[in-house]
Order: sequence, then C-alpha cells, then structure tokens
Amino acid sequence: MADLSELYQQVILDHNKKPRNFRVLETANRRQEGYNPLCGDQLTLYLEMEGEAIKDVAFQGQGCAISKASASMMTAAVKGKSKAEAETMFEEFHRMVKGELDPESEENHLGRLKILSGVREFPARVKCASLSWHTLHAALEGKDESVSTEQPDDGT
Amino acid sequence: MSAAVGREAAPIENNFDVERIRKDFPILNEKIHGRPLVYLDNAATSQKPQMVIDALTRYYAEQNSNIHRGVHYLSQLATREYEDARVKIQHFINAADSHEIIFTSGTTAGINLVALSYGRKFVHAGDEIIISTMEHHSNIVPWQMLCEQTGATLRIIPINDAGELLIDEFAAMLSSKVKLVAVAHISNALGTINPVKRIIELAHSHDIPVLIDGAQAAPHLKVDVRDLDCDFYAFSGHKLCGPTGIGTLYGKSHWLEAMPPVFGGGDMIASVSFEKTTYNSLPYKLEAGTPNIEGGIGLGVAIDYLNSIGLDKIAAYEQELLDYATETIGAIPGVTLIGTAREKASVLSFTIDGIHPHDIGTILDQEGIAVRAGHHCAQPVMKRFGVPATARASFAFYNTKEEIDALAEGIQKTIEVFS
Repeated sequence: MADLSELYQQVILDHNKKPRNFRVLETANRRQEGYNPLCGDQLTLYLEMEGEAIKDVAFQGQGCAISKASASMMTAAVKGKSKAEAETMFEEFHRMVKGELDPESEENHLGRLKILSGVREFPARVKCASLSWHTLHAALEGKDESVSTEQPDDGT
Repeated sequence: MSAAVGREAAPIENNFDVERIRKDFPILNEKIHGRPLVYLDNAATSQKPQMVIDALTRYYAEQNSNIHRGVHYLSQLATREYEDARVKIQHFINAADSHEIIFTSGTTAGINLVALSYGRKFVHAGDEIIISTMEHHSNIVPWQMLCEQTGATLRIIPINDAGELLIDEFAAMLSSKVKLVAVAHISNALGTINPVKRIIELAHSHDIPVLIDGAQAAPHLKVDVRDLDCDFYAFSGHKLCGPTGIGTLYGKSHWLEAMPPVFGGGDMIASVSFEKTTYNSLPYKLEAGTPNIEGGIGLGVAIDYLNSIGLDKIAAYEQELLDYATETIGAIPGVTLIGTAREKASVLSFTIDGIHPHDIGTILDQEGIAVRAGHHCAQPVMKRFGVPATARASFAFYNTKEEIDALAEGIQKTIEVFS
C-alpha cells in the first residue's frame, strides 16, 4: 500500500508553504507556460540563460502541494547548472517518478530531488510532480507553445 | 413499480432501507487501500446494481443480435428488448411518445446533436444562444462551436454568490434574436437545482425553445418533460445506475421532425438510391448505425430498478444526506462550501484553506473515500467563485450518514497532514 507520509514529507510540505524562487524574474530571457488540465495546475517558468548556463530561474502559478513543491525544488536544483546538466536531471527525474529509476541504488544526479520519489506510488500524481520539469524542458528547447501534461479531463 | 407498492404508507425514513439497497450493489463490498469503499463520486458516475450487470451478461450470453434487421428469432428478441427500453425511458420522463426518445451515447452527444442539427438549420449570423455561468463544458463548447460556424453570439446568465441563476437578468436577455436557451437542470459543480420550469415559461413567452441538460437531475429527482414543457432534455444512462455509452435526447416531436439528420448510414433511411435517399421516421432518422444495444437494454433495467425504489423516495433520502453532510462538513474549521443555493441536490463542493483539492483527493483516497477533485468540467463557474478547483462529494441513495462521518474524519486527517 502506498504510504501517504512518503508523499507528503515535511520537506515537500515546507516547499509547498514557502516555495523558493516564487516570483516574476525581471531578468528572464525565456518564459514558458505549463498547464495540467486534470487539476488546473498552471505555472509560468522564467529562465535567465547566459549562453548554455541557467543563470537564474523562478516560477509563478497555482497548483497542488506536489506540483508546487516540485517546481520549487526544481528551481533550487537547476540554478547555476548548464542546459545539458538540467536536461539530464529532467530525464532522471522523469524516470524516477515513473518508477523506472531507483535513486537509492542507481547512479544519478538528483540529489535532494530524491525526496519526490514517493510520487511513483501515486500514479495519478506523477503529472503533478513532472509539470514543472516538462515546462523547463520546453523552455530549454526554446519552444514557443505552452506545455500541457496532456491528461484529458474525465467529465463531470 | 410493484416493489414499491405496500410501502407507500410508511414515512420515508422508516421505509428507506439503505442497508438492503446496498446489497444490490456488489462494488460496495470492495476494499480500497485495505478500507471499505466510501463512494462519493456519484455525480461523475453512479455504481451499478446487480440486475443491470446481469442484464448485460444475459444480453451477450443469450440474446446478442443486431436489431431492426433480421427476421430471425434473436434479432426480433434484441429489437423488442431495445425498443421496450425506449418505452421505459419515455414513461420515466413522461414523454408523450416513444419516438421522442432518441438514443445517444450520453448527455454530451445529445447536446451536440441539437447543436449540429437544430443549430445548423435554425441558428444564423446575428442570432443569440443563451447558456448560464454554471454550465458543464458539454453545455458550453458545442454552442461556442456553433457560434463560430454561424456567426451567432453566446450569452451567459449570471449567478449570485450562492450559485443561483439571476432570473431577472435572464428575462432581460430574451429577445427575438435568441434562438435557443440551454441550461442545466442541476449544476454538477454546485448542486444548484435551477428553476427550469420558470426559465422555460419565460423563454416560451418569446417563442424560444429550451434545452435542459439533465445529466445530474435525471438520477436524483422525478423528471416530467411535459410538465416542464422543455423542448429538449438530455441525460446519461451511466449516472442513472445504467451502463456507460448510452443516454437519451428527448425532443418534442415537431422539433425532431424539423431537424435534419447529422449522421447518415444504416437504420436512419427509408430507401437509398444513388439519385435520392429518403430518411426514416423518428426516432430512427437521428440514430444512424448499429446502436449500443446492450446499453439501451441495460438502461431500461436500471430504470426498472430505480422505479422499484421510487424517485421521490430517492430524492427525499438524498436530501437528508445532503442536509447532514452540509451540517457536518460545513462545521469543520477551514472548510468552505462552494454552492449554497436554497434548492440543492446531493452535491457538496468544498475547499479547505491552504490545501489544494487534488491533495485532498489523494489523502481521502488513502482512506478508501472516492471524491472528485478538480474543476468538474466547469471552469467558468470555478472562475466565478475565484477558485481553480474544488473537492466534491456527491451522494447517491446507497450512501449512508456513516459514510459522511468517514468523509468528515478524512477531511480532519487531511488538515492534520498539512498543519
């Protein structure tokens, strides 16, 4: 049985209450919208790129505790990293929340982001955790259109 | 109907045997995450009684055949069962004729059918269609699409802070430009029971036809389309203890006669040649192709089941549940109820301070409690209340006060997790 305390760890609840880098980034040279139609989570990600490096990053938006905490932790993790490093983390994070990468036994670059691995036991919440990462990925790729987790709503 | 006879005299609370009713629903014995299922997502879909499940199995095991085609025994049997279901639906909503009952895949399909058929014929550039702030997306988007195609304008009836339609404002919107009014009988997101009879009267005084989205109403109160005098009434089988993929569009004969078919194919024609095709009569003109036969039969059985309990008794019992839930859940500090209309059906939409509904949904799920978290396919009404989403508990006649207590405990636990 999935463990609630694994999902809602203190660190995650703390990031939800006091999200880091939660602001408009005036110096941003890239801006990307992300949207999860299932629960209406919406996020705007701001990147200040200096060549291949993420000089600064911030976000704004509304969402559940998981999506907010994940976005907050992501901004803290990728600030100062290169585009290639951030893409590696995106790929590893994605595999972790889908249960395809065990951060305890396999080599990875996730660091503190490991704390979100509990999401893999809650399939309905994987998209919440990965929304900010998909948005970052699109921003790094320089895509223009907004990102959706593409989860169709299921009616009434 | 016969099962209800003989219990009529006793007061409602004495003869509504919810424990006996629960035995009819096998899924209510399921354990979710090791706990008994508390199913409070009935506005999304209802659970199915054993007799409906059995009817589907029996159809495929003993009766399966295509309808309206064969001279052989099974085809005649399947045709009879399917057409009997149409008559049951006719009586269920008190339609004047069974040919006014068009089988669809559900409420969404019924509304789209009217938009595509009535809309294309009768709605033109400069015309107006009126809907309300509290509509489900399926009673918004088809009209937006029609407006885009025709150059008509969509107008929206506003609501007050309780989630009630502002009828005076609606009355002021009526004019000869308005070609259709389309409103929900009961709001899926708020539970508001709209004064549809009054709305229909007002619209008819300007000769404007009215479509009622009955998806939430048909399972919870006695619908009488002739008393309402609505021109169209759409509802779904799956919210009514029936199977998914089947529903009904009721339309007054003269409107259905005037409407061109949307889909062409088998069953909807009288004769076909390459020079000219003659359409079939109602209801078949609007039902092209092999239909959802087992769905129609299953819906007929679901209606038999609901009739055996009685819609009036169901409505009264659900009102008790709603009153109890409103009191119990509404009293929890930090909980805000969204939708507090005076006339409400058994829907309780709520938010908790500082906790996103999706997190509420996950924590309640771990307790075995199924609620809906999200915008309920009604984003405009969420916006009206200034929330991105709500958690929604929706009750059916097989729910109990003990289950509402379990919901209250689950909400307390959610608040503790986030404290």
